[in-house]
Amino acid sequence: MATRSAERPRLRPLRAATMLAVAAVCTVGLVSVVHDITRPRIEASERARRVAQLAAVLGSARYDNDLLADVVTVRDPELLGTDEPLPVHRARLGDRPVAALLVAVAPDGYAGAIRLLVAVAPDGRLLGVRVLSHKETPGLGDAIDSRRSGWIGAFAGRSLEDPREDRWKVRKDGGDFDQLTGATVTPRAVVRAVRNALVYFDRHRDALLAQPAEPPASAGSRGR
Amino acid sequence: MDTYNARMDAAGILRNGLRDQNPGLVQLLGLCPLLAVSTSVASALGLGLATIAVLVTSNAIAATAGRWLLPEVRLAVFVLAIAGAVTAVELSMAAWWPGLHDTLGIFLPLIVTNCLVLARAESFASRNSLPRALLDGFAMGLGFMLVLLALGASRELLGRGTLGADMHLLLGETARGAGLRIFDERHGLLLALLPPGAFLLLGLMLAWRNRRPQKGA
Repeated sequence: MATRSAERPRLRPLRAATMLAVAAVCTVGLVSVVHDITRPRIEASERARRVAQLAAVLGSARYDNDLLADVVTVRDPELLGTDEPLPVHRARLGDRPVAALLVAVAPDGYAGAIRLLVAVAPDGRLLGVRVLSHKETPGLGDAIDSRRSGWIGAFAGRSLEDPREDRWKVRKDGGDFDQLTGATVTPRAVVRAVRNALVYFDRHRDALLAQPAEPPASAGSRGR
Repeated sequence: MDTYNARMDAAGILRNGLRDQNPGLVQLLGLCPLLAVSTSVASALGLGLATIAVLVTSNAIAATAGRWLLPEVRLAVFVLAIAGAVTAVELSMAAWWPGLHDTLGIFLPLIVTNCLVLARAESFASRNSLPRALLDGFAMGLGFMLVLLALGASRELLGRGTLGADMHLLLGETARGAGLRIFDERHGLLLALLPPGAFLLLGLMLAWRNRRPQKGA
C-alpha cells in the first residue's frame, strides 16, 4: 500500500496534471468527432439558406446559374454604407445577366446598422429588397422585415427615375414611400440605403454585370 | 430540503427539480437565457431541450469521473466536460435544426455559462450514483424548461397573439402555420416581447410560487 501514489504527496501535482490532460484530450476528441459528423450537414444547410435568401429577393425572375459561385467583391463606404468589402452575386439566364444582388448597409437605423439585400435588373429597375439583419424595435421598426409586414415590397419595380430624386424619401419628408406606424427613422434609413445602392449600381453597372474572368469551377478549385 | 441527501428517492429527485429546488423559480439560476430567449414557445422549447441535453451529459460525466478526480482539478475537468457537451449540442443543432440554431443565436453557446449546469455537476452528480445523477440532470433541466415554456407561451400570447407560431423552426417545414392565432398581432402588447416584459412576467411567476406565507413566519 505504501507505493500507492495517493499516499505519496509529492506525486499529487503530477496526478492532477495527468487527469486534466486526459480530460482535455477526451473533450477535444469528442468535439472533433461531432464536428466531423455534422460538418457536411451544416455546410449544406448554410448553402441552402444563402441560396434561398438570394432567390427570395429575385422574386419571379428566372435564372440558371449558381448564385453563390458567381460573385464579385466590392467596397464603397459612401454608397454602400460600410468599410467592409461586400459581395455582389449575379443571376444569369444563359449568357444574359438577369440581376445583380448587392448587399447594402443602412448605417443609420434606429438601433444600429441594417443590412439589406438589393436585387437590381440590368436596366436599373429594382427586382426586390430584403432585410438580412437588423436590431430595430420589435413591433415597430421590425416591420421592414418581410416576415413581419409587406412594407419592403414597395421597392419592387422602382428605379432611380421612379420616383424622381426629390421624391426618394418617406412621405413625412415629402417623398413617395410610406413610413411605418411609430417608426420613421428606420424606413428613412432603409429608403436612403436602397437609393444609394441604386446609384452605386448605376455607376458600376458594366463591372457588376460582367462575366466572371474565369469559369467559377476553376476559380473554386484554384481557391483550394 | 437537503440537496445532498443520499437517501432521497427517485420521486424526491424529480420533485426537487420540478418544484422544491426549481432552477428558474427557486434557485434563480440561469436567468440570462431564461429572460432573453423566452419570446416564443418554439425558442423556449429549443433552449429547454438543449439545456436538458447538456445537463444530463455533464451530470453523467460528473457522476462517472467525479469520484476518481482529485479535488484540485475536479472543477476544471467539469468545466471542460460542460464546454464539450455544449459544443456538441450546438453543432448538432446547427446541423439538424438550422432555423432554431439561428433563432437561439448566442444563447446556445452561452448555456456553458449557465451556473445551473456546473452547480448540479459539482453539488449533486459528483456525490451520487450514475442513475441518480442522470435523473437529477433530467429533472433540473425539465424544471428549467417548464419555466421557460411558461414564460415563452405567455410572452408570445400577450405580445403577438399566437401560440407556437414558429414551431416550424423546431419541427421542419411541415409544421409551418401549425401554431394557434388567438388574436390579431396589431393588438399585441409590445411590452411582453421586450426585456422588461420578461422581468415583469418572471416576477409575477415568482410571486405566485411564493404566494403561501412561510410556515412559522
